[in-house]
Amino acid sequence: MNFLRLIGQVVLGFFSIVGRVSLFALTGVSHIFRPPFFPRLVLRQMIEIGYYSLPVVGLTAIFTGMVLALQSYTGFSRFSAESAIPNVVVLSITRELGPVLAGLMVAGRIGAAMAAELGTMRVTEQIDALTTLSTNPFKYLIAPRLLAGLSMLPILVLVADLIGVLGGYLVSVHLLDFNATTYLRNTWNFVESPDIISGLVKAAVFGFLISLMGCYHGYYSKGGAQGVGQATTNAVVSAAILILSFNYVITALFFGQ
Amino acid sequence: MSENGANSAPKKISVRGLTKSFGKKQVLQGLDIDVGAQESLVVIGGSGTGKSVLIKSIIGLLNPDAGTIKIDGETVTGMSGSERERITGKFGMLFQGAALFDSLTVWENVAFGLIQARGMARGLAKEKAIATLAQVGLSSDVGELAPSELSGGMQKRVGLARAIATEPEIIFFDEPTTGLDPIMGSVIDDLISKCVRELGATALSITHDMASARRIADRVAMIYEGRIIWDGPVSEIDNSGNPHVEQFINGRSEGPIQMQVTG
Repeated sequence: MNFLRLIGQVVLGFFSIVGRVSLFALTGVSHIFRPPFFPRLVLRQMIEIGYYSLPVVGLTAIFTGMVLALQSYTGFSRFSAESAIPNVVVLSITRELGPVLAGLMVAGRIGAAMAAELGTMRVTEQIDALTTLSTNPFKYLIAPRLLAGLSMLPILVLVADLIGVLGGYLVSVHLLDFNATTYLRNTWNFVESPDIISGLVKAAVFGFLISLMGCYHGYYSKGGAQGVGQATTNAVVSAAILILSFNYVITALFFGQ
Repeated sequence: MSENGANSAPKKISVRGLTKSFGKKQVLQGLDIDVGAQESLVVIGGSGTGKSVLIKSIIGLLNPDAGTIKIDGETVTGMSGSERERITGKFGMLFQGAALFDSLTVWENVAFGLIQARGMARGLAKEKAIATLAQVGLSSDVGELAPSELSGGMQKRVGLARAIATEPEIIFFDEPTTGLDPIMGSVIDDLISKCVRELGATALSITHDMASARRIADRVAMIYEGRIIWDGPVSEIDNSGNPHVEQFINGRSEGPIQMQVTG
């Protein structure tokens, strides 16, 4: 009996969390569209998420592109299929590795920072103070972060795509003696717009999820420094898991038949 | 609003049968309390007796399980979000830890309500903020500092300035002297009394600091086990005839109030 009760508890707990997060997300999104708006806050979050994440995302992308070229060369050269390397690099980067790796890196950078900031605001009563100053915390804190996450991640991923392909190019041309023109022409011929668009859709979803997890865990954190630490951990872990699972779902929707 | 508050028109704050539990712990158990216009009521009581829950329920940060809260005769419990925001516009609050926004400068903190809620232009709001800072004894160059650069007493002053900047009708004070030395506590109490009087505002404070309660209160109410057990003018507090109140104001460990010391 106890075992069945445990199953019930876990299932009910799961659905109650899904419900609470969904309600939180809906409230946050609804405030994106209802005035008053806070453009300065949105801009600040966009700079924080977009601009300051560029080095991390860029480094991730260039090394990923480089290692892709190197690895596929060791495999493909056995079958004299080296000419497929540009294809492998550009498709892997635009469809999967660009959005997923950028998402995971930004989850570590931004999700954690959001949870820590909002969590500290919660435990020092700054969020309550907003309410007493007739300012809705969802409008002032949550909506700008959701909007910034949603809009900046696709731009970051577009940059990551370019840098990733560049990484593959550098290794192929300078290390593996590919012809530069052929490599670029192959890259350009292979890639199709659904490859890039699916990656950008993923990025937008991931960006929203990262902000959502950071905001949700920060907003409801309690219990002082330990609670804020817990919120930060939860924000990063849950964002990472959501990114990986939504990645599968979106891939299935775009390419699965 | 002050003219209809003067002659026993609706009470500024009226709480009836307020009940709130957290899990199995019943914090408020049918609490009744009234605050008249331009009155300063101080609610005293030990830690964990529900003082903060009372104040947070009135402001709307917590939803009570049962009971009604009226502000100026309007029932606010169960109000929709936008109506509630209109009521919250009448409030100002000084938080225990001041709760200043650390991403903003001091003057931006003070001007926050003016800019965000009242839609005042930044330049004008800054002038008003500097003037309000002067009211609490802070010079204009403090306005450019970050809250983290200030001492605890100064943070409390800025918190007070932020609470009064929008000229609220009702101001809440959550443990205004906690964490301050006795002299700074006294200074803050005097500032609170002065600002509340100058605004003609109604004040509801919670504290366990009796010296502070005597300085800022017109009327004192004692909360115990989720109810108000004594309520009277501050001058009568030494002759309350209530053993709980006597134990509390004299700070005796022996008496009807048993502290739960769990080890």
